[in-house]
Parts: sequence; structure tokens; C-alpha cells
Amino acid sequence: MSIITLKDSKNLTKERMAREQRRARSSAQPGLFGIRSWKKSRLIMACVFGAVSVFPLLYMLSLSFQPTGDILTSSPVLVPAHPTLQNYVQAWSENSFSRFFVNSLVVAIGTVVITVLFSSLAAFAFARYRFPFKETIFYVFLAALAVPSVELIIPQYLLALKLHMTDSLLGLVLIYSSENLPFSIFLLRGFFEAVPKDLEESFRLDGAGSLRVLSRLIAPLSAPALAVVAMFTFNFAWEEFVVALTLINSPTHRTLPIGLNFFISEHTTQWGPLFAGSVIATIPSIVVYFISQRWFQRGVSLGGIR
Amino acid sequence: MSTDTVTNYEQRPVVIPPGAVSQRRFRISRLATPYALLLPAGFLYALFIVYPIIRQFDISFYTWHIFPGVPNPYVGWSNYARIFHDPAIRTAAWNTLLFLVITVPIQMFLGLTAAALLTDRLPGRGLWRALIFLPVVTSWVVVSYVFAYIFAQQGGLANAVLSFFAGHAVHIDWLAQTWTGNAVIWIVSIWKGVGWSFIMFLAALDGVPRDLVESGRVDGASEPRIWRHVVIPNIRPTITFVLVLLVIGASQVFTQVYITTGGGPFGSTGVLLTYAYQQAFSFFDFSYAAAIASLMAVLVLGLSILQIRLMRRSDG
Repeated sequence: MSIITLKDSKNLTKERMAREQRRARSSAQPGLFGIRSWKKSRLIMACVFGAVSVFPLLYMLSLSFQPTGDILTSSPVLVPAHPTLQNYVQAWSENSFSRFFVNSLVVAIGTVVITVLFSSLAAFAFARYRFPFKETIFYVFLAALAVPSVELIIPQYLLALKLHMTDSLLGLVLIYSSENLPFSIFLLRGFFEAVPKDLEESFRLDGAGSLRVLSRLIAPLSAPALAVVAMFTFNFAWEEFVVALTLINSPTHRTLPIGLNFFISEHTTQWGPLFAGSVIATIPSIVVYFISQRWFQRGVSLGGIR
Repeated sequence: MSTDTVTNYEQRPVVIPPGAVSQRRFRISRLATPYALLLPAGFLYALFIVYPIIRQFDISFYTWHIFPGVPNPYVGWSNYARIFHDPAIRTAAWNTLLFLVITVPIQMFLGLTAAALLTDRLPGRGLWRALIFLPVVTSWVVVSYVFAYIFAQQGGLANAVLSFFAGHAVHIDWLAQTWTGNAVIWIVSIWKGVGWSFIMFLAALDGVPRDLVESGRVDGASEPRIWRHVVIPNIRPTITFVLVLLVIGASQVFTQVYITTGGGPFGSTGVLLTYAYQQAFSFFDFSYAAAIASLMAVLVLGLSILQIRLMRRSDG
């Protein structure tokens, strides 16, 4: 992890950042809105917000452990009366669900790798170089924020047909990555610009090329932003529905969001296995969120958004 | 390209690494570097975003067939003219507008309220923050299924709760009626969306200078006045950002409608994109769908620019 050259100056920046963080935290301590005295009502309202946010998910968890007979009664319960793992067994073994899971994982990881790599390179160019048409190119990238996924599904489908990328996981990875590039470049540019110029100069004096400056200096110092980009991208690819629905035909190439549809037929819905599958599909998103959470607040607030 | 034009863009001293072959070659490579860095992202972006935008406009001027060998006659603006004479799309447009007007302000209000509650210290603050953001990281598909079950006619939670209070069995078929179906779509969307506005506003409130707030309080300003004159002006860029992105998102509503009501009954809960999707992939009328999507893209882009302008003006 440590860089031998310039170790001292890097520690210096780290220290500076830590000091900044500490100052930000201590300044938050005196009650911002003079509602320190309302602590109790604030706590109650926070409880309500938290409970409403988490309730449907808890309910889904509970349903996934209930036998079908209990799910369809007219007196629903939150705590399963007859807990069973049957739904999970059925969900996992039926409909090649494990295959969908692996497909989703491959697509999500592929999308994260390509997005993080490509957007870091591009953000590095925007943050550290002067070149003709720089801001114009940047705004062309940003414009896509107003025209996201579903709206372009028709031409993207036709393009995939032409490139023989329908029914292929690679096609999904490439489309998902391109859709994640604008926001990622936007977020990373702000972060990369914050790394002191003199640090880069001394790196270059040591003979480091651009890629070395990016991978050894700027990327490590921008870890929070990279974590946020990785989390957003993973979740996007993990849950994407429309593109996968349109592009994928064969059952072996389905991703999880499309695979869940298997539990629903014209006349009956297998709610139990559906919710067991949903719980399985939700776990990776939540794990990724909690891993990246320690960087999250910082990543959002320094991303140039405010 | 001559060396002179190259040097024009170099406005700060160049650090020449030891062993550089020649100054001229180094300068050219330094000018080429940013473009090389942009190349991978630019290529993907051009191929999968920019080209489809242009292609979509292109298709919308033809009666375009997906099957090879069939002629695709040029029809000018007639696909666009059709939009304005299509009674079915009026319902979809109305539903999209209603969705936008109802869900965006409620999400922003709830998000800002939650953020205001949780900027200052509070027992379990980290936990509340994590819980409120949780719906954002769960998937639209999963969430739509959960709410479809909660509002299911048979065995659903909503009917069970109503039965309990009414004292007799209630069998409302929420998803098969226009108003209740729309309401379920709004509820899912607000529930899942609040966490995102919350996290944005939380970051913004953290940046409100505390000394300004304190001095306002010392001067005897009331809390609503402090909010109006100190807090809100300070977080205005974030308000604009959240508003613009939520409006864009609301115009794109698709998955939750597709899964919960499927746009039914008879298209009465459908929105613009479910309608366009149906035109393309059920009726294979790609040109008409492309015209709808292109018109929407132009409208949304225009609306975003307008919002940013208006918010800037009210700033000064």
C-alpha cells in the first residue's frame, strides 16, 4: 500500500484530510437547528421513518419463511407461524435460479470493473489536463443524465441485433457500463481535482507516467469516491430490468430480475418461492451497501454535488 | 500540427521527465494523452448512448420494419403527428404527469424532513440513516413484487388491515382499478425514492455554516426564519440538483408500472414508456415508439434546462 517515493508528502495530505474531517465532525456538534430540546420528538419521528422504510423488506423476509397456505390466508402475520425453508429449497432448485444468480454476478462485476476503469481514466483527463474542447466534451457526457436507460431501449436493441449481442451477457455489461459512465465521471472529476497539484508534479519529476500518477497517487486518495461509484454501478447492474428483459431470450442467459418472473404464471403466483428468491436477490445489494457505507457520506458530500 | 499550436494550449510550465527524447515530442504526447485517456469511455459512450439517440430520431421518420428485406418508406413527421391524434397516449401522458406532480414534491419533502431530523446528534443516528437509505439499494423488481403482494386482492396485507378496521371482509382489487392502481404505483415509488433525496440533503445540510445559523439565533430570528433565510439558500444547489434528477427519473417511470399493474386495466394505469414499449415490442411498431421516446427526450432535456435556469434566477 505504501509508496516509497514521496511517502512523507502523501502522509501529509492524509493528515490534512483527517484534520478536515475532524473539523467537519466537531462543527456538527452544536445543534444545527436549535432543536436539541426536541430530541424526543426527533427520535420518535426518526423511528417512524426507519420503521416505514424497513417494514416492507421485513415483511418480505417473513413471507419467504411461510408455507404457501399461510401466505394466502386472510389474516397475515409478521412472525411466521409455521416457519419453513421449503420456499428457499424450491426457489434455488427450480427454474435454474442458481444459474440466474451467477449470471447476475458476472454481469454486475463486469460492469463495475469496466465502469470504474474507464470512468477513472476519463475523469483523470478532465481533472488534470487542459485540452481543446474539454468542457464541451464533458457536457456531452453529462447530457446523457437526462436520457437514461428505458428511453433508448429501442435503438439499443436494434444495435445489439446488429452487433450480434442480443442474448449475450457481454451486451448487457457494455450497455450498463455506458449508462453508468456519465455520473461516475462527474463524481470522480470533482474528487480528482481535489488532489494537490504539487504532489502530482513531484511524482512526475520522479519519472512517473500518467497511468502511474493515476494508479498510485490519485486513485488511492480518492478511494471514497471510487467506492461510491462501484456501489452505484453494482446495484444498477444487479437490479437492471428493462434492457435484460428485452435483450435476453434464452433461459440460460437470464439475470435475476428477469428470473424472478418465472414464479408468476398466468393464473397463479408462487408467492413463497418468489419472496425467497427476492431475499436471495436482495442480499448482495445490501452487503455491497454496508461495505461501502463508511465512505458513502464523504463520497456524496465531496462529489461536487453541492 | 505545428509545435506552435501545440504550445498555445500549454499555459503552465511543463515538467520534462529525465530521459525525455525531445521537448517537441514530449509536448505532442502530452497533448495526445488526455484524448487517449478519454478514448475507452468515449468509445463506449458514443456507441451505446450517442449513436442510439441519433438512430432513434432517424427511425422515427420512417415506417420502420425490424424484418430484413421489407421496404422502410420515409414518412416525414407523420409518426409525430400521430402522437397528437392518439387518444390512448393521452391517458399515458396524463398518468406520467400525475406521477411526476405527486411523487416528486412528496419525496423531496420527506427526504428533507428526514435529513433535518438526522443532521444533529441523535441516539442511533447511524442506524436510522442506514434504514432510511435501505429501500434505495433494494431492487425495483423486488420492491414492486412486495407491494404487489401487499395490495393483492387475496391474502394481501392492505385488505387484511381494512377488514380488521371495517369489521367485515374487504376484497378490493387494488391493482385492477385505475385510481387504486395508480395510488399503489405512487406509494411504491415514494417509498423507494425518499432515501435518495434524504442522503443528498443530508450531505447538503452538513455543509450549512453553523456560525451563520448561530448568529441568526443570537439576533433573535425564529427557527422558520433561519430556515428560510440561511438554510434553504445554502442548500439551493442541492435542491435544484435533486429536483432536476427526480423529474427526469419520474418521466422515466417504467419497471414498477410494468410489474405491479402492467399498465392495466386497458392501459388506464399505463405511462408513456410502458406505452412506447408496448408499441415497439408487442405491436412491432418501432417507428411510432421511437417518435414517442424522441419527443420525450427533447421535452425532458428542455425541462431540465428550464428548471436549472429558473432556480438560478431565483437565486439572485
